[in-house]
Amino acid sequence: MPFTPPSVDDVLAGLADRFGTLDTSVYRGQTRVVVPADMSFDALAWLKERGFDLLVDVTCVDYLEYPDAKHRYGLVYLLASTATNQRLTVRVFVDDPDPAVKSAVPLWAGANWLEREVWDLFGIRFTGHPDLRRLVMPEEFTAHPLRKDYPLQGRGERHNFPVITRDHS
Amino acid sequence: MSIATANLDTTGPEAGARSEDYLWTLNFGPQHPATHTTLRLVLKLDGERVVDAMPEMGYLHSGFEKIGEHLTFNQYVTVTDRMNYISPMANNVAWHHAVETLLGIELTPRCTYIRTIIAELARISDHLLSNGAVGLDTGAFTFFLYGFYQREVIYDIFETLCGARFTNSYTRVGGVSQDFTPLVIEKIRAFIRTFPKTLDDMERLLTRNRIFVDRTKGVGLLTKEEAINASASGPVARASGVTRDLRKDEPYLAYADLDFQVCCASAGDCYARYLVRMQEMRESLKLVAQALENLPAGDVNVSIDQRVARPTKQQVYSSIEGTISHFELSMANRGFEVPHEESYAAIEAPNGELGFYIVGDGSENAYRARCRPPSVLHFALFPQLIRGHTLSDVVAVLGSLNIIAAELDR
Amino acid sequence: MAMMPSGSGGRIELPENVVVSRLDALANWCRKNSLWPMPFATACCGIELMATGASKHDLARFGAEVFRFSPRQCDLMIVAGRVVMKMLPVLQRIWQQMHEPKWCISMGACASTGGVFDTYAVVQGIDRFIPVDMYVPGCPPRPEQLIQAIIDLQDKIQREGTITGREFDTAGRQLRKRALVELAGPATIDASRNPVLQRELAAAAEAITSRS
Repeated sequence: MPFTPPSVDDVLAGLADRFGTLDTSVYRGQTRVVVPADMSFDALAWLKERGFDLLVDVTCVDYLEYPDAKHRYGLVYLLASTATNQRLTVRVFVDDPDPAVKSAVPLWAGANWLEREVWDLFGIRFTGHPDLRRLVMPEEFTAHPLRKDYPLQGRGERHNFPVITRDHS
Repeated sequence: MSIATANLDTTGPEAGARSEDYLWTLNFGPQHPATHTTLRLVLKLDGERVVDAMPEMGYLHSGFEKIGEHLTFNQYVTVTDRMNYISPMANNVAWHHAVETLLGIELTPRCTYIRTIIAELARISDHLLSNGAVGLDTGAFTFFLYGFYQREVIYDIFETLCGARFTNSYTRVGGVSQDFTPLVIEKIRAFIRTFPKTLDDMERLLTRNRIFVDRTKGVGLLTKEEAINASASGPVARASGVTRDLRKDEPYLAYADLDFQVCCASAGDCYARYLVRMQEMRESLKLVAQALENLPAGDVNVSIDQRVARPTKQQVYSSIEGTISHFELSMANRGFEVPHEESYAAIEAPNGELGFYIVGDGSENAYRARCRPPSVLHFALFPQLIRGHTLSDVVAVLGSLNIIAAELDR
Repeated sequence: MAMMPSGSGGRIELPENVVVSRLDALANWCRKNSLWPMPFATACCGIELMATGASKHDLARFGAEVFRFSPRQCDLMIVAGRVVMKMLPVLQRIWQQMHEPKWCISMGACASTGGVFDTYAVVQGIDRFIPVDMYVPGCPPRPEQLIQAIIDLQDKIQREGTITGREFDTAGRQLRKRALVELAGPATIDASRNPVLQRELAAAAEAITSRS
């Protein structure tokens, strides 16, 4: 008997059975599901077992200035299945003062640097991450530049270097 | 990988402190010719063997995603040029593919074919450089020069097409900046005619070259499971046996109409990645030839009622709709309507899955423009690929991963 | 003519194949035709830098093709691409590792001014933090533009170079600039290609030096 993969709707129904009613929506053929922050790891693990074996991306959106936003940060996990090519977007909302979720590194090795980048640019802590350091900004940098309250031109960090003239060199 | 476990397990109980004493640390980069760009590796060496590597990035982080929140959808295309700068056209296509997904714009058939052609030409020029760099680093300088000469031919096509040889900024929301002219088509035809011969020459130079094969075969092994687990994509994943190619799996643009094959290998080493790229160039050339012969006639931009693409001068001066549309698009805060929604769309860029996650907030700028860069995930793989190999293999592995710093750091 | 031998009536008999020149000019001639570039290629401009050295444009025609990746062997740094906060200390370190006499070409808009990247991470022009001799406009510049910049730099080395590197003496440069302002007034005159003005400027600078 040929194997018929479960449709995204079936998977979502299963997810709702397991984790309670979840907010799902579809836009331009992309299915999104919102998962509470404390269940995010379990939900991702459950989805990985159900065929969503490829973590495409982990990113974050700061909804500080977004009209009618209820939460400050929205984490986005883009999942895909290498067997059926279905895609699913998992969103997790976290808030100040200590935005944190459980790290997905035990599930996917690829999450390692993606989560470090989110930590670097948004300051969201991933508990249980093996190596949560800054990824792209210098270690001594203090701000999280992709937050909406950080200005585009920065706060003068880029001018803060010694000047070398012909006399010094 | 078997070499690594043989005698280099410094953490095991029998290794003790003595072998640890002999390890030395080598800083590699961020300004080193073989990194080609700006990335840094801290290597732990036992003699010439690499015991561990600590990659570091961020030496070219310029805040691309933050700029994306301050530029309009059409302006930001100039910044995407500078993202993966060895194939800027593919980035242009990826960005506007994502924007059009968010806005729900259906392109004209001619535009999809034109974008397919330029994306495939970009793939060829990318692979010429990345394979050329592998050759350069393993000592085959001639191979690199052959590749670069053909890149100049592609540059010339792009320059004829849009006036810029390198940072093209060619696409626009709902279309492209210039239509194909007969001269462009003629130049692409000439390229299709002459390129296979160069490709044959290049293959004869390197594919069975003993030195090159010895230096790349069995180096930097990546299994299929590891590739999926680490979210690898593009030629790196396909050389490990992952058959994922968005051009086939989620056909966008004109790929559904065209006949081509997904190039895969199962070995997963540097040599396999080289072969996959070589083969992909042939497939891309096939795609360019098919798309060019079947290029549909008609308008290249979407119609002016949709109010996204700028009308032509003829339309502005001869029709009221054209004038209104031009006015609306030129005035501040009168641009096209953007939904309060978010969406992700990706294309199969030369380097892997290049996607943008865009959040719209009703204004002409994206509220958030996240780029999903293939290079980051590939660079994160580096320590596990190099462990147990020698120092001279570092450049072969780096070259075969084709890490582009501007895309890596953004 | 300082070493004029006595009794020759002011004339020196030169054997064949001997050319008389100033030592400065000779040193400049050697230096300008054997520039060894250090490609500090960070971004897109680096690819055009590679194109400049590769088959079609062939930088070797102008005697500057010996790209060396060790700063200690180079005398021309080509900064190609944007320099960001994390990279600037590296750039300064490499600049200091290069031997005198050394020159710097800032290639492209990003290296010269920050270009389109007016963001928190990008240094707004490397000339804020290291000395720069030539700026090449363009984003990225075409290979021809880079070649022109190298030719111009060779020109500059030939014109104002000295064997002891006095032209890098920043205090003297400042004086000459001040003399230019005093002499030329508010109108801008291109003194660099005017030999008469150059001589007058040098004399004026001399006068200011002796005064102070």
